[in-house]
Amino acid sequence: MSEIDIAMHSQGGELAEGSPYRIPSRKLTMWLFIISDAITFGALLFGYGYLRTASSDWPTPFKFNPSILNVTIMTVVLITSSLTMLGAVDSAKIGNKAKTKRFLWSTILLGAIFAGLHIREWFGLIDEGVRLFQNPWGSPLFGATFFAITGLHLLHVISGVVALAVISRGFSRGWLTAGHVETTGLYWHFVDLVWMFVVPLVYLLNISK
Amino acid sequence: MAGSAASKDSATSKNVIVKYLPVYFVLLAIAGMEIFLAYQHFPTGPLLAILLALAVCGGGLAVMYFMHLAEEPSSLFLTLIPATIFVLLMMNMFWSDSFRLLHMKPFPH
Repeated sequence: MSEIDIAMHSQGGELAEGSPYRIPSRKLTMWLFIISDAITFGALLFGYGYLRTASSDWPTPFKFNPSILNVTIMTVVLITSSLTMLGAVDSAKIGNKAKTKRFLWSTILLGAIFAGLHIREWFGLIDEGVRLFQNPWGSPLFGATFFAITGLHLLHVISGVVALAVISRGFSRGWLTAGHVETTGLYWHFVDLVWMFVVPLVYLLNISK
Repeated sequence: MAGSAASKDSATSKNVIVKYLPVYFVLLAIAGMEIFLAYQHFPTGPLLAILLALAVCGGGLAVMYFMHLAEEPSSLFLTLIPATIFVLLMMNMFWSDSFRLLHMKPFPH
């Protein structure tokens, strides 16, 4: 009997092969999405890097207060939300619905705080005259790259907050499983991971000294 | 009996938080170090290299421990990570090549 036959028969005799890499298909799909999304962010960050290098008058507008202070708080909030997400995944695996819900809503709250701080940062820059293709300081491409990169990341955070709320409701009511919580957790940690690259490249290389 | 199960569940969740606290603090330390280094008077090139190296360390910790890639089958790691790094490096090649057009040098002679 070949390995494929064994895999087919181990699935209750149905015509189905075992999941590749011995992980649930849902999780593998999320990993593939994360890889493609990482490449999308990689393309944006590389593009930004080359434009910044090619422009002689690239602006460095980020002062410690409010921008870098704001970004520091946002970073702490997002990394902390990854920790609460780990708690949610672990509680879901042992079937503790109340604890899973508490951890998920803590993560949602931290995600919402992050989004609020990010939007405040945007409005601060818009008040200073930064637009998609103009700003008071130098290369007009600054606004385009800044809003594209941070905007795509913010979209991911907001999508994650909505997804976590849906998952929390579904898990509490029993129509979603611990696997769904774990897969959404992977996405949430990825959002955190992207932020670790956005902060040094977009903010810290453009600080006003 | 039910109370005992609940306290066991609670202990497990606390354990997972405690287990990953060192990773959490290292990630915070990396973020703090990046901000500190950004205010030192390094030229842009070396600063970029240092910040990128720290970001890769932070990202690696997040992928391996928060996303549990270290606990998944190694075949998954070997499929996903080298392929991603390869695509990102190749993208770097294409972007830099496109700079020839900015200098009106579409083809080398």
